[in-house]
Amino acid sequence: MLQRRALVASLLEHRPANMVVVSSLGNPTWDVASVGDHELNFNFIGAMGQAGPFALGLAMAKPDKRIVLFAGDGELLMSLGVLATIANQAPANLAVVALDNESYVETGNQPTATAGPTDLEAVARACGFVQTRSVVEEVPLDDIRDMVWGGEGPLFVNIKIVAETLPLVFPYSFDGATAMNRFRGAVNDSKMG
Amino acid sequence: MQTQENIDWHQDIFDVLECQGIDLIAHVPDAAHAPLIRKCDARNDMDVVTLTTEEEGVGLLCGAWAGGRKGVLLMQSSGVGNCINALALPVICRVPFLSIISMRGEWGEFIPWQVPMGRGTPKVLEAMEVSVFRADVKEKVGETVNAAGQFAFNTRRSAAVLLSQEMLGAKQFKEG
Repeated sequence: MLQRRALVASLLEHRPANMVVVSSLGNPTWDVASVGDHELNFNFIGAMGQAGPFALGLAMAKPDKRIVLFAGDGELLMSLGVLATIANQAPANLAVVALDNESYVETGNQPTATAGPTDLEAVARACGFVQTRSVVEEVPLDDIRDMVWGGEGPLFVNIKIVAETLPLVFPYSFDGATAMNRFRGAVNDSKMG
Repeated sequence: MQTQENIDWHQDIFDVLECQGIDLIAHVPDAAHAPLIRKCDARNDMDVVTLTTEEEGVGLLCGAWAGGRKGVLLMQSSGVGNCINALALPVICRVPFLSIISMRGEWGEFIPWQVPMGRGTPKVLEAMEVSVFRADVKEKVGETVNAAGQFAFNTRRSAAVLLSQEMLGAKQFKEG
């Protein structure tokens, strides 16, 4: 089991210039925000289950950008079908990092399906992701970082993390339009259309 | 003079999509949309994405718009119910969202299971701040989709076109 904040920081610090980050609601968003604000981050604070489809649409629109999705196990379990949709579109520029703590921490640590027999990496592999990996214990993060930053997608890394309640770190704006306008401007390197 | 029968309203929709630069077609298939899906599939400059459930289309199109592309979600009225919470995303982020919906459960319907969501479709859309445009006759389909698309993308709001079952013709089922 890894510490989520240290893990996310190691994957985001000194990130490549073309890397665009999407995070699912709840802890993945607080984790990404804890590394610092970035114009190329889009952080969900609601619409559970929509971060995966959003990342796919972005990857299809921006093949020259590296799209990295940080999603919780609860988020992914809510829309498992999107893993099949992603695999069938097969965007080479999309990496999915599952932060799997086997629980709904924000609502009181109720166990998710991954606390039982469900294995998200196996699901992603069966859906047709070209590369998948599970990380269950402390390992050197260099090869995980290389994979997430540049491995051929669509790839899926399931990382078992400690179920812990951490101080919330808020992203740039809770107002979706404010966040979207800045993000879209940065992603497209031009004024809003 | 075109008659009701020989109006190719799928082509009319296709022409509007092309004219408005809409090149990402997300769908859960419906027989009523099949000719349009085929036309889009035949084009190298359009992406057709088959979804496992309709709400994926909402996030997909929002992400694509963030990346500078325009898309449309094709679905049957039964799919609208699957999209309810996802529709918060385009509303709160002021992302344009366009959907074309084939209606069931309203005109000569054979399957009783289609009726509740068919009746609920316009109410659910309006409840989630989606402006509803309706096409009841074939010659109005193209201009209705055009109007809905302009409304959505010019004002950055959600819009849906309902293709009436009266126009589509109710599918009849026979055993054997």
